[in-house]
Amino acid sequence: MTADPSRWALFVSALWPIVHGAIASTIPLAVVSFAIGLLLALALALMRLSGNRLASGTARVYISLVRGTPLLVQLFVIFYGLPSIGIVLQPWPSAVAAFSLNVGGYGAEVIRAAILSVPHGQWEAAYMIGMSHRRTLSRIILPQAARVSVPPLSNTFIALVKDTSLASLILVTELFRQAQKVAAFSQQFMLLYLEAALVYWVVCLALSSAQGSLENRLDRHVAH
Amino acid sequence: MGEVLLSVHGLSKSFGANPVLRSIDLTIERGRVLALIGPSGSGKTTLLRCLNGLELADGGTINTPGELTLDFTTPPTRSQLNALRDRSGMVFQHYNLFPHKTVLQNVLEGPLVVQRRPRAEATASALELLARVGLSEKTHTYPFQLSGGQQQRVGIVRALALQPQLLLFDEPTSALDPELVGDVLRLIKELAAGGWTMVIATHELEFAREVAHEIAFLDAGTILERGHPSQLLRDPQHERTRQFLHRVLHPF
Repeated sequence: MTADPSRWALFVSALWPIVHGAIASTIPLAVVSFAIGLLLALALALMRLSGNRLASGTARVYISLVRGTPLLVQLFVIFYGLPSIGIVLQPWPSAVAAFSLNVGGYGAEVIRAAILSVPHGQWEAAYMIGMSHRRTLSRIILPQAARVSVPPLSNTFIALVKDTSLASLILVTELFRQAQKVAAFSQQFMLLYLEAALVYWVVCLALSSAQGSLENRLDRHVAH
Repeated sequence: MGEVLLSVHGLSKSFGANPVLRSIDLTIERGRVLALIGPSGSGKTTLLRCLNGLELADGGTINTPGELTLDFTTPPTRSQLNALRDRSGMVFQHYNLFPHKTVLQNVLEGPLVVQRRPRAEATASALELLARVGLSEKTHTYPFQLSGGQQQRVGIVRALALQPQLLLFDEPTSALDPELVGDVLRLIKELAAGGWTMVIATHELEFAREVAHEIAFLDAGTILERGHPSQLLRDPQHERTRQFLHRVLHPF
């Protein structure tokens, strides 16, 4: 690509629609789906760790299904498949549903491993001072598990931000969809898809740095 | 005989097919210090853990006269277990402090969150206890910033802050650097002198001789013999006890 003034002008004029797609769709979609997905993941992790065979079996099957099938297929089942059994969801709710369910499956294993990484003596000390199981979990175990799970959950989140581009296929006008539109109109595919990639990259850089400071904050109790 | 705090009859526990405690009988009297000695794997730790319900015995009974009877032939209810746990505070070999909480928060977690005592009163008594063990300067530091000896003193204060009737020590100095052992033992000795009722699993025989009113020697899950410290350590009745003492006192 040569330094063509008209290309530069196109780049600049396309920047706002693409960034707007990121701010108005990609980021909220990722944040909302991740928040719901984390709650689901915590519930699934606790189900897997519970002594109840039905609960842990259910969680196991769920996790296996989510991890064993493509996200794009899950998205299509929800948006294009469910209407045939009478459940019609708009693009946004479909995307949130698919992404949350997906994060739930991946996050569950991360959280389960993080809970198991907390030394058993922590449970015993909490029981010793008279804490119930539930309180031990919320006050003693989960805060320590949180530190351990930040790096892998950040990976999940960053992957999710990029995966939201799949929502363009169910008509959500997010970042990538905006780039596609301008590209189709201007026929400058290389330029606009690289521009979209650049915006994703900037968003992910910001997330990585947020991960770093979150880790530092949670590290204040730990010897280095 | 003094007032009995806790009595144990026929307590037994197996891990799978492996019996760890075989029909233990024990009475613990108020204000007395009992030291449990014996080789690793003899059941000292498991016995302590059964006394505070961290481990569920699978046979036998634990009684607290006039209040609580736990018969382990059937699994105890949660409230029975809580009642048992309420009577004792435990100090762990590896301290098990909560790493994400400051020293003061570690100590207050039980009194405030579990026992729901008024904050001002609980805090005042926690600070007083920390001062007594020389940790006034450390109330707002995190465990990782403390030496092993300091961490164990916090562990002891955490147990004391629960205001238990009985203190259980599970090899409280085994994980410490040799030069730090003295501080912790001195503190335990002070507590004994102050009238606390204690059961201490330990490898420190000299310490056991000084601080305990009675020593019980455990071997393969049974109390092989028990007696006054100087008598048991000087003139053990069982060959097995003799061997153990000889090995510990003359390691080479």
